[in-house]
Amino acid sequence: MGADVFHSEVPLTVNGEARRPTVDHRSTLLDVLREQLGLTGAKKGCDHGQCGACTVLVDGRRVNSCLLLAVSLEGREVITVEGLAPAGGDLHPLQRAFVDRDAFQCGYCTPGQICSAVGAIAEARAGRASHVTDPAADVGAPVELTRDEIRERLSGNICRCGAYPHIVEAVEDVTR
Amino acid sequence: MKSFRYLRAHSVEEATAAHAGRPGSRYLGGGTNLVDLMKMGVERPRTLIDVSGLPLDAVEELPDGSVRAGAAVRNSDLAAHPLVRDRYPVLAQALLSGASGQLRNAATTGGNLLQRTRCPYFQDLAKPCNKREPGTGCGAREGVHRDHAVLGHSPQCIATHPSDMAVALAALDAQVELHGAHGRRTVPAADFHRLPGDRPDLDTEIAPGELITGVRLPAATAGLPSAYRKARDRASYAFALASVAVVLDVDGSLVRDVRIAFGGLAHRPWRALRAERALVGGPVTEEAFGRAVDAELAAAEPLPDNAFKVPLARGIACDVLRRLSTAPTAA
Repeated sequence: MGADVFHSEVPLTVNGEARRPTVDHRSTLLDVLREQLGLTGAKKGCDHGQCGACTVLVDGRRVNSCLLLAVSLEGREVITVEGLAPAGGDLHPLQRAFVDRDAFQCGYCTPGQICSAVGAIAEARAGRASHVTDPAADVGAPVELTRDEIRERLSGNICRCGAYPHIVEAVEDVTR
Repeated sequence: MKSFRYLRAHSVEEATAAHAGRPGSRYLGGGTNLVDLMKMGVERPRTLIDVSGLPLDAVEELPDGSVRAGAAVRNSDLAAHPLVRDRYPVLAQALLSGASGQLRNAATTGGNLLQRTRCPYFQDLAKPCNKREPGTGCGAREGVHRDHAVLGHSPQCIATHPSDMAVALAALDAQVELHGAHGRRTVPAADFHRLPGDRPDLDTEIAPGELITGVRLPAATAGLPSAYRKARDRASYAFALASVAVVLDVDGSLVRDVRIAFGGLAHRPWRALRAERALVGGPVTEEAFGRAVDAELAAAEPLPDNAFKVPLARGIACDVLRRLSTAPTAA
């Protein structure tokens, strides 16, 4: 498949590696990751941006990869759940915490939960408020991730097994 | 999904010229609604013109004291900006009450204004919908309409506008900046969205090919006590059943000025001008708040399954007015 009016070559970085897939303009980042680049960690749940199973980090920010057209990502840096852990076999602290806390049942939502939590922790450290943050809090000061904050900030990740209590504990472990 | 061409615009002029030259074009911002509608077959563009990388990503103070947010500013960045959090808390609160963290990181200011209704009949090609396909009828009026409009609807359409941000902009007297093939213009945010009437296919006053380049937040409403309250079926990540944005200016025991806009009740953010007129110059009392809000909601024409929205809207509006009027200083 080559570039034509309905296909384009898209240079981008995925988990630190330069890639250059030729994509159908209709392909989402999720489809390109799973079908063309062999990275099946990000999951297709609803495919409408409602469940969060497809969450990845683009330029360090968490996004729903099912709603991002791959063709629009020229030059961007994508991190999937496969790229979170440092080289050498160790797990990322959030992956470790999910295992320790048994924060899943079927595991289908887990890669999205973990990528979303990585993004949410960074947002809170950068002083970004959430819907449940006290409006009188200092603008820009790091936000403490209480259980209410974790629940609100991860509300875009649905777990049909209902493992939420342990997911909250796992995220809490990493932020303490 | 139908195949489409993809162009990346590098300037506003390039974007509008490309749109004018290509029938069936759509501008692509964050894509959180448009891409979804394309998957459902509701939108079938022949060309996508990507405007997400245009240099419209700044939030800045202008010499006249107003604040301008570029159309490509992401919802999460707008909510977190110190100028917005300090001066327009109602806008930050509205943004943070909408969608999820992932969606707010992608969705843009311009795209938020142009998102389509989440009416299930609009999103289902197998159902009649005058908004999606004029003349086919409205499935919701006799069907499932618990989430639908109670104010300003028409026989053709009872859809609501889903944005939280737009409700805050309407209450702040913000302006929407538009750039088209024939030049620039600004439209008050409160007038940007339409009532359905007999043209429910038209959500807004935007002309074909016009591009939103930014929104302007006026100096007049900067720093006033303001707040957003949203009632929904879940504690997080759900569209509003009813919401309210209030900007209140109190002088001692009298209302000097007040701006109120409702969300979730109509085809557009519903600026409550009747309630505002009833309150300005009058006493800051719960009785006055209740009477004014009742005067506004007297125009409601609820459907069999959404009459609950009227007392719900009354409750949150009166509560926000009371809280803002008793706050020690600017909220």
